[in-house]
Amino acid sequence: MSNTATAKKKNGFLAGTANYVDERVGVAGILKEFGRKIFPDHWSFMLGEVALYSFLVLLLSGTFLTFFFQPSMTDVIYNGVYAPLKGAHMSIAYASSLDISFEVRGGLLMRQVHHWSALLFVAAAGLHMLRVFFTGAFRKPRELNWVVGFVLFVLGMAAGFTGYSLPDDLLSGNGLRIIDGMIKGVPFIGTWISSLLFGGEFPGHSIVGRLYSLHIMLVPALILVFLAIHLVMLVLHKHTHYSAAGRKDSNIVGYPLMPVYVAKAGGFFFIVFGVIMLIASFFTINPIWNYGGYDPSPVSAGTQPDWYIGWLDGALRLAPTHIEFMLGDNTVSMNILLPLIISLVFLALVAAYPFFENWVTGDKREHHVLDRPRNAPVRTAIGAAGVTFYAVLWAGASTDLIATNFKMSLNQVLVTMQISLIVLPIVAFVVTKRICLALQRKDQEIALHGRESGRIVRLPHGEYIEVHEVANEYDLFKLVDYKDYQPTLARPNAQGKITIGARMRAAASRFYFKDSVSPTTQTAIEANAHHTHEIEEQVQKAIENQK
Amino acid sequence: MSEQSKEVAKSNHLPEAEHVYDGGLSVVHQDAVKDPGIEPHRVRMTDKSKKHEKAAARQVVWLFTLSMLGSAFALYAYFAFPLSADLITVRNNTLFLGTGITLGLLGIGIGAVHWAKTLMPDNEVSEDRHPIRSSEEKRAAAIEIINLANQESGFSRRKLIRRTLYGALALFPLPGIIIFADLGPNPGDKLRHTAWKPGTRLTQDPFGTPIKASELTEGSVFHVIPEGLNPEQEDYLEQKSKAAVLLVRVDPQILKEAPEKKDWSYQGIVAYSKICTHVGCPVALYEQVTHHLLCPCHQSTFDLVDGCKVIFGPASRPLPQLPIYVDEEGYLRAQSDFLEPVGPSFWDRSVKA
Repeated sequence: MSNTATAKKKNGFLAGTANYVDERVGVAGILKEFGRKIFPDHWSFMLGEVALYSFLVLLLSGTFLTFFFQPSMTDVIYNGVYAPLKGAHMSIAYASSLDISFEVRGGLLMRQVHHWSALLFVAAAGLHMLRVFFTGAFRKPRELNWVVGFVLFVLGMAAGFTGYSLPDDLLSGNGLRIIDGMIKGVPFIGTWISSLLFGGEFPGHSIVGRLYSLHIMLVPALILVFLAIHLVMLVLHKHTHYSAAGRKDSNIVGYPLMPVYVAKAGGFFFIVFGVIMLIASFFTINPIWNYGGYDPSPVSAGTQPDWYIGWLDGALRLAPTHIEFMLGDNTVSMNILLPLIISLVFLALVAAYPFFENWVTGDKREHHVLDRPRNAPVRTAIGAAGVTFYAVLWAGASTDLIATNFKMSLNQVLVTMQISLIVLPIVAFVVTKRICLALQRKDQEIALHGRESGRIVRLPHGEYIEVHEVANEYDLFKLVDYKDYQPTLARPNAQGKITIGARMRAAASRFYFKDSVSPTTQTAIEANAHHTHEIEEQVQKAIENQK
Repeated sequence: MSEQSKEVAKSNHLPEAEHVYDGGLSVVHQDAVKDPGIEPHRVRMTDKSKKHEKAAARQVVWLFTLSMLGSAFALYAYFAFPLSADLITVRNNTLFLGTGITLGLLGIGIGAVHWAKTLMPDNEVSEDRHPIRSSEEKRAAAIEIINLANQESGFSRRKLIRRTLYGALALFPLPGIIIFADLGPNPGDKLRHTAWKPGTRLTQDPFGTPIKASELTEGSVFHVIPEGLNPEQEDYLEQKSKAAVLLVRVDPQILKEAPEKKDWSYQGIVAYSKICTHVGCPVALYEQVTHHLLCPCHQSTFDLVDGCKVIFGPASRPLPQLPIYVDEEGYLRAQSDFLEPVGPSFWDRSVKA
């Protein structure tokens, strides 16, 4: 150590600094360990990066906003530059939000950067989750990291909602009113929880300050902690890679961290930040000055929550009429509880999926090569059904806008949505599974017979054939490299009993794998190559004869 | 595929044996297509032509320079586009400051990525993975440490210590939870009462002008708050959240009224709570032709002439009616408070206090 240290010292300021840091934190060892770590390259791996970088932008822009925002619900009379609201009663929180927008240079820009990056954060995290789901990246050893990611997604929604409520404008106040109504609907403890949350009756004078604590401290701290766990696990597991020649469960193929990945990922942070800044400079988001301060009496029609809360609002809207009932003297607000239960069950299923699939396949191996979605038809179909379910709930939050914009009856739109919520996921499942199987067969066809080249040749005996172009070995490998699963039988255990668990597992494995298409084998390809070769010879002969 | 070719992974071994200790339902094919290895590197233009390499380097330099110009412009814009009472200045400040920062950021970002993609090596490298599971020796060593710790502390041996520790750990967070009880008061019967008292005049929201029955023509709607409710008072929003009322006059002939509520209206003038019985949004939309009240939040629809019954949407209960009468001067007044809690349902709303 000391030898290299003295040697380095002579090489100027940079080497001197490096030496100083290394002698105190041993940074050379860290660099040796991680400096040339391999990262695979694929556009879909950037979705998680977008989420991470939007979060950093949120921290930066949010910190700026905290210097000006005042989370107080004390009543003031507005006397700022925005003329339409001059003289109006409003909370200090709303007045300071207006001041940030109109009286701080770059204030409106930062508000819009913050809001746009929040929308992008949840969107990117959601898409990242879908990528992980549809490629099977959640399989062993990454199940726990899926759960961590899931928690991050939920925390993202929480961060978004607590932030949305802070400006105390008419829209955010109405959002809180809905939350209050939902909480009151919870049996037994509802009114208590509402009173604790709001510090008495709705809206009270406490909620903005309390949400502020959650929004700028507790929730981001939790997000940071879970992000750290997420990324440490990512390093521990090393990144997955897509199936291709040379990529195996036992290796990782890609570019080294330094310099290529640092330049690409570091540069990408600036691109994400730049794009958010561009949107924020040109496109208004949440023009709170249009709505006025919160007042429980007025409301504007056609209002929408931020997109990521839409599915919960949709769930509320789709509840059937008159499902509230009395239990003795007590009121059970099923019209609130049912959507709550459905949303929570949906979230629970999302969180639990990796463990369920692992139980079905019984596959205890580590998986580092990603599935192409078509090669896991039932998983992909389940994912499509889930996405459809979410999408219908989400569209449900816009029943009024759909009805007014497309000149349809609101009642019919809603009833259609209610039916769609149950029917469309099933349709999506069936259609997606069929498409996957068809794509698998197409892959098989290409692996065996090659690609249709569009070249039609007439053979000497008059037959017309289309010449097929055989895939090269690298393209071929992509088509055939996937895990093959077959349904299992319910086998007796050591005591000779077939347990219910075993039966259920057998049924589940049948459901998953009964019509799966096995990867094309070398033998099959060779047998067909022989056949293709024969045709090729005939074609060649025919061409020569013509000459 | 023949049955013979299917074998459960357990009995077979792929070349990468350490990664295959239990394949479950997975089938391992003995004649799987052979992996041809990593595809050979595709040579880029910048790899084989000095001219292209130089051009790419120049582009990167230009992008970084653009970034510098952008940031400098942002500094300039901050001062050149100050804010004033004229709202167009807000737009200009946001637009020009933002555009400058955008260029500053995108120049760096696109420049760095372009640099990496054109000038840095793009040969793919393979690195071995190692199973996440620790080696048997490491696991044995870890177990030994735990055993030793257990022995030295006597954790398993000293049952009473262990159990009292569990008890202590279970109880110690409780005070931390209970101190949150003062976040809000006992809800009490506050949800059951509003600012309406017998004889309170109906006034217009938000200015508090009293309303005469004669001012209401058929089909007109008034947004109403109780007299005396004003924005200066401490609990203005809380009271308004419960007391907001919608006042409508319809043809008395079409009004279907329950016998016990016959005298709650006045010549076709009815007053209903404006707070939705679903989750509490203001039911602010009145459809004159159909006499329906619509909540804009979740589209619960109430039939005004039929006791505000729910005819559509997720709400379950009719909007509570405020009994009204007209005094000798012709002003509308409340006979009493609402006779049931207004707003969203809650667990014990029907329990008589």
